[in-house]
Amino acid sequence: MSFLRFSTVTLSVLAVTADAAEFNLQPPVTSIARDIYSLHTLLLVITGVIAIVVFGVMFYAIIRHRKAAGRSAKLFHENTTVEIIWTVIPFLILVGMAWPATRTVLAQKSTRGEDMTIKVTGFQWKWRYDYLDDNFGFVSHLATPQTAIEGDGVKPVNYLLEVDEPLVVPTGKKVRLLLTANDVIHSWWMPALGVKQDAIPGFVRDTWFKVDTPGTYRGQCSELCGKDHGFMPIVVVAKSPADYDRWLAEKKKLAAASADDPNKVWKLEDLKARGEKVYLQNCIPCHQATGKGIPGSFPALDGSKIVTTDKAAHIHIVLNGSQKNPAMAAWGKQLSDTDIAAVITYERNSWSNHTGEVIQPKDVKAARGGKV
Amino acid sequence: MATVTDTQHAPHSHKPSGLSRWLTATNHKDIGTLYLWFSFTMFLSGGVMALCIRAELFHPGLQFFQPELFNQFTTLHGLIMVFGAIMPAFTGLANWMLPLMIGAPDMAFARMNNWSFWLLPPAALLLLTSFAVPGGAAAAGWTLYAPLSTQMGMGMDMTIFAIHIMGISSIMGSINIIVTILNLRAPGMTLMKMPMFAWATLITAYLIIAVMPVLAGAVTMVLTDRHFGTHFFNAAGGGDPILYQHVFWFFGHPEVYIMALPAFGIVSHVIPTFARKPLFGYTSMVYATSSIGILSFMVWAHHMFATGMPATAQLFFMYATMLIAVPTGVKVFNWIATMWEGAMTFETPMLFAIGFIMLFTIGGLSGVTLSVAAVDIALHASYYVVAHFHYVLVAGALFSLFAAIYYWFPKMTGKMYNERLGKLHFWWSMVWFNVTFFPMHFLGLAGMPRRIPDYALQFTTFNEIASVGAFCFGLGQLIFLYNMLVSIKYGEPAPQKPWEGADTLEWQIPTPAPYHSFTEAPDLEVAENGAIRAIKGGQHH
Amino acid sequence: MMESSEQTHYFVPSPSRWPLVGAAALFCLGLGAALTVNGLGSGKVLLALGFTILIWMLFGWFGDVIRESLNGVYHGKEDMSFRWGMGWFIFSEVMFFAAFFGALFYVRTISVPELGDITHKLLYPDFSAAWPLATGPGITQHYEAVAAWGLPAINTLLLLTSGATVTLAHWGLIRGQRRQLVLGLLLTVLLGASFLTLQFIEYHHALTELNLTLSAGAYGMTFYMLTGFHGLHVLLGTIILFVVLLRVLRGHFDEHNHFAFEAAAWYWHFVDVVWLLLFVFVYWL
Ligand code: HEA
Ligand code: HEA
Ligand code: HEC
Ligand code: CUA
Ligand SMILES: [Cu+2]
Repeated sequence: MSFLRFSTVTLSVLAVTADAAEFNLQPPVTSIARDIYSLHTLLLVITGVIAIVVFGVMFYAIIRHRKAAGRSAKLFHENTTVEIIWTVIPFLILVGMAWPATRTVLAQKSTRGEDMTIKVTGFQWKWRYDYLDDNFGFVSHLATPQTAIEGDGVKPVNYLLEVDEPLVVPTGKKVRLLLTANDVIHSWWMPALGVKQDAIPGFVRDTWFKVDTPGTYRGQCSELCGKDHGFMPIVVVAKSPADYDRWLAEKKKLAAASADDPNKVWKLEDLKARGEKVYLQNCIPCHQATGKGIPGSFPALDGSKIVTTDKAAHIHIVLNGSQKNPAMAAWGKQLSDTDIAAVITYERNSWSNHTGEVIQPKDVKAARGGKV
Repeated sequence: MATVTDTQHAPHSHKPSGLSRWLTATNHKDIGTLYLWFSFTMFLSGGVMALCIRAELFHPGLQFFQPELFNQFTTLHGLIMVFGAIMPAFTGLANWMLPLMIGAPDMAFARMNNWSFWLLPPAALLLLTSFAVPGGAAAAGWTLYAPLSTQMGMGMDMTIFAIHIMGISSIMGSINIIVTILNLRAPGMTLMKMPMFAWATLITAYLIIAVMPVLAGAVTMVLTDRHFGTHFFNAAGGGDPILYQHVFWFFGHPEVYIMALPAFGIVSHVIPTFARKPLFGYTSMVYATSSIGILSFMVWAHHMFATGMPATAQLFFMYATMLIAVPTGVKVFNWIATMWEGAMTFETPMLFAIGFIMLFTIGGLSGVTLSVAAVDIALHASYYVVAHFHYVLVAGALFSLFAAIYYWFPKMTGKMYNERLGKLHFWWSMVWFNVTFFPMHFLGLAGMPRRIPDYALQFTTFNEIASVGAFCFGLGQLIFLYNMLVSIKYGEPAPQKPWEGADTLEWQIPTPAPYHSFTEAPDLEVAENGAIRAIKGGQHH
Repeated sequence: MMESSEQTHYFVPSPSRWPLVGAAALFCLGLGAALTVNGLGSGKVLLALGFTILIWMLFGWFGDVIRESLNGVYHGKEDMSFRWGMGWFIFSEVMFFAAFFGALFYVRTISVPELGDITHKLLYPDFSAAWPLATGPGITQHYEAVAAWGLPAINTLLLLTSGATVTLAHWGLIRGQRRQLVLGLLLTVLLGASFLTLQFIEYHHALTELNLTLSAGAYGMTFYMLTGFHGLHVLLGTIILFVVLLRVLRGHFDEHNHFAFEAAAWYWHFVDVVWLLLFVFVYWL
């Protein structure tokens, strides 16, 4: 059937040339992503041919078998042979699709045999990466400023797809990700790597990738996780193993240098300045820069009773979260004593709050009651 | 009020008048009319929300709505379209047409029928007013995934109770449909001869009774997790967020066929009528519909490929899902074989039916692409999925409903609709539908997640196209509304059988259909697909 | 079906206001419940109002149906409709329980064991899972499980017996032996009531002595949700049987015409079967 071959060829050509990024899957950089890519091309061709054949027959009938073309209807309404044919052929086509699909599924699922392991934790609305083999980790936030997001603010090139601390991995190494979440379900989606895996609070799931070429790859959280679901990007930077080792050493040095002395006694201004940073990174989405919150959803901290008077309750809710509303997370699990002390101090001395009180890291430590 | 004195001719011979005709209706046609108008109203309100979504997505950056309000729109758009627009519209049609098609005096439980309807407005009220309560409406997506749904304010509780009420409504509606079909067919109208629409609603009703209670259970668990300290979806207490998804999709997947099977039924009437040929392969149509119904219970986890199921589970659900393409294909091929060697004319119902076949098939084929678990990893939760389901829901369910309304409009109202406006409505919808939703395939492939109020710059062009398309598509629906309103009042009187090729029972009675058809069951001689060969007795007044 | 196929008329009720009243009731209940669970005061008032309207509606609606039945407007076809209707209603109830049984099986076989497995040591180094007492890493509350062979076993016996007594009553009805009918029904109602009493005692015992609450994790929540919904159904079934008993005393049924009785009995058997599953999977295994 030359018609069939013609459409197959056209479609394949279309499918291949259409990898201009807007029309197709992103260019793959892992073996899995390549498998997915070619599997999708195959499906596109098969379904395309089916569509062309089916619609071809239909439009032939529409054009030729019109009453206006002087036809009178032939009243047949059964033919067991053709019915069997059009039950069996689709079935065989499906078997043909299922075969390569099964192989890719199994490859996606072989997560073991890894060279390194990174724990990924989804938070509302940021990611935390822990390099389990090297005992360090960091949090990765959206880096696009609020001013660019609002209205017609000037948009940077990687608008909404840029972070302050990307996940850095070596090329050519099998990286196993262990995913979990802190509050609600998130999903770690990195199109060029062919990876999408939900991060489920309280459970651990795994996935893997092995990047071939150094580069910067961008993706997003892909499971609705509340207000700022659209603002929790993922950036992966793949470096050659040598570059990666250099980065790792640097990173560890920095981490050691910036470790806080938990017994340090801070001055109000210093702690407030630090607290402002913590607030910007963590609290702003809900309580807002103005401290006014979002009426009905998130309470105002400006003038709040807890924030202006009850010190213990303030430390308690920030450390342990709210019993009533899970949106207010237990920050004690994410932030250090110093950061918590800082943000509380900041809140008690910002906007119209002027308590003049300084909460020291050791107060927070005491409130933790020995538990971490 | 409702005491019975007249035991032989229980139904009133005369139409009750005024408002109480609608408030206290027990007449299946009145109740059907109520359903249809209600669902159209819901379609408009869900549509307005869709337009808010598209307006926000026209450009990158937050222009009109804050993210939480955007998420509320997305959520309520989905819920209202599914439970408020499409499902009630099919129930309304079933109410109107079933008794006429099978020669029944009315629905089996006429009073309960009215309750099924009147439960819907309170539920809709709960949903719509939830925008105004502190914290706003539910914003967890129409799937209401836990534990996000345990975080919301009171709007979520209103949504939960609205779902309970709509569930009760659709279960009662379905019991009515099943009992009517099983018990009230006129003599001669055997099961294997009754119209495809009856078969489709029968199986749909069965699906509804099987899964709506499961949804009620799922949202009840969300409710107790929210307020009564259970941990169904919380690992701390041994529960699991994924449990919610299993329960939800055990409902959710059959639900999508609840919105597709009646559409198949409608198309199986319209195509033979305008091809002037009997439906090809009636028996295999019945079996295909049943197999789709059965298979739909075994594929739910194809919505959960990204949750990290074991490979065996992925494979099982992948194979089972792909299998549904076979019976669905049988239906498509049967329709085309019905058109083959026919003498077709292309009035508005036929245009919508052909549009349905084409666009539904495209949606089905993208469904098969999604069913391949390995590829779904790349496409899940992206705009590709949004494209897929609007092809099967808008160009599927909604187009079939338009076909049905145009097809039966003369019988319902006694007037002809305006054919030119009808054709305009079709072509307008056809064009702008594709402009709106086809680019979403590309957006999804390129990596745009769904349910986001703002997006990266490379997605701008297609979003602009889609937004323009959506506004034009929406505008086109006003043509439909106008056509209906004007034709009901000023349309030309319709003959008893305006379509040459129509041969089911409803075309054998006067136009407009008398208020009470078949107070006395007719004796029928029936060929397949409800085609009436001869008719004896049977009274209407 | 044989006799009904000769029937050419089907009873279609005249317009009725009860559906509308019922819709108003459910609106009040829905909104009232939403307000109540959020601690808003007016909710309780609305709830009470909703229940009142609902009860009014039920009296009015069933009153109409009973009057119609007594006036003899229901024949074979209508009777068959009622049968189908009740059957499908019970099927919907089965599916509602299926959701909760599904949750039970899921937590027992999937989520709880998974939380204690080796991968999850990453999150919960100290947690090892055990049903029914260690079901979740966040559960610090000490509680005990409910033993199967105490009250629950007695309750099983009660319900099984009540299944027999209701059948006895049915035989009495069919054979026109009124004493047997009344006695059987009365016994069934009493057995239902004793079941509820024992369940109440059991809940009290669990809450106060075993320290088992709804928030005690996977065991506590499935225990209370399943047995609680079942208990509500027993309550409803008992009330229905009681109403049927009252109607019997007023001489409403005869050998051929007693669908209300049968519907109540079907419902009762359904509740019975659910209990057996509960006994096996919640209490025993
Ligand atoms: C009317 C509604 C409807 C219908 C009929 C369908 C039909 C199908 N759907 Fe769709 N689906 C939805 C509504 C519907 N869907 C919705 C609403 C969602 C998203 C929910 C959410 O997350 O919010 C969804 C999501 C969805 C997913 C999950 C995507 C994801 O989130 O990752 C998948 C995956 O398998 C899927 C598959 C299918 C398949 C295989 C069919 C099949 O039934 C299609 C069968 C039809 C054909 C295949 C065409 C005709 C056949 C032939 C011409 C024969 C020859 C064909 C072959 C041999 C291939 N659908
Ligand atoms: C059966 C159902 C159905 C129908 C008919 C529609 C119809 C439409 N849908 Fe929707 N949709 C869903 C079911 C449906 N949808 C579901 C289930 C979801 C998933 C929700 C979730 O993620 O949880 C979804 C999600 C969804 C999204 C993704 C949102 C997101 O991920 O954030 C988008 C985005 O474009 C969209 C658009 C539209 C549009 C433009 C229409 C149009 O067809 C609507 C056309 C109708 C009108 C526009 C109204 C009529 C006209 C007027 C009232 C006159 C005024 C008009 C003008 C002045 C122009 N829908
Ligand atoms: C995801 C949204 C969210 C984020 C992020 C968040 N909060 Fe909250 N916060 C809430 C909610 C919701 C409440 C109300 C809790 C309640 O009603 O019990 C709250 C309450 C509070 C309160 C008590 C206010 C009062 O008057 O009752 C304080 C103090 C507080 N948060 C501090 C913080 C700090 C500090 C941070 C960042 C480190 C933060 N919050 C981040 C949602 C959030
Ligand atoms: Cu995190 Cu979406
Ligand atoms: Cu599905």
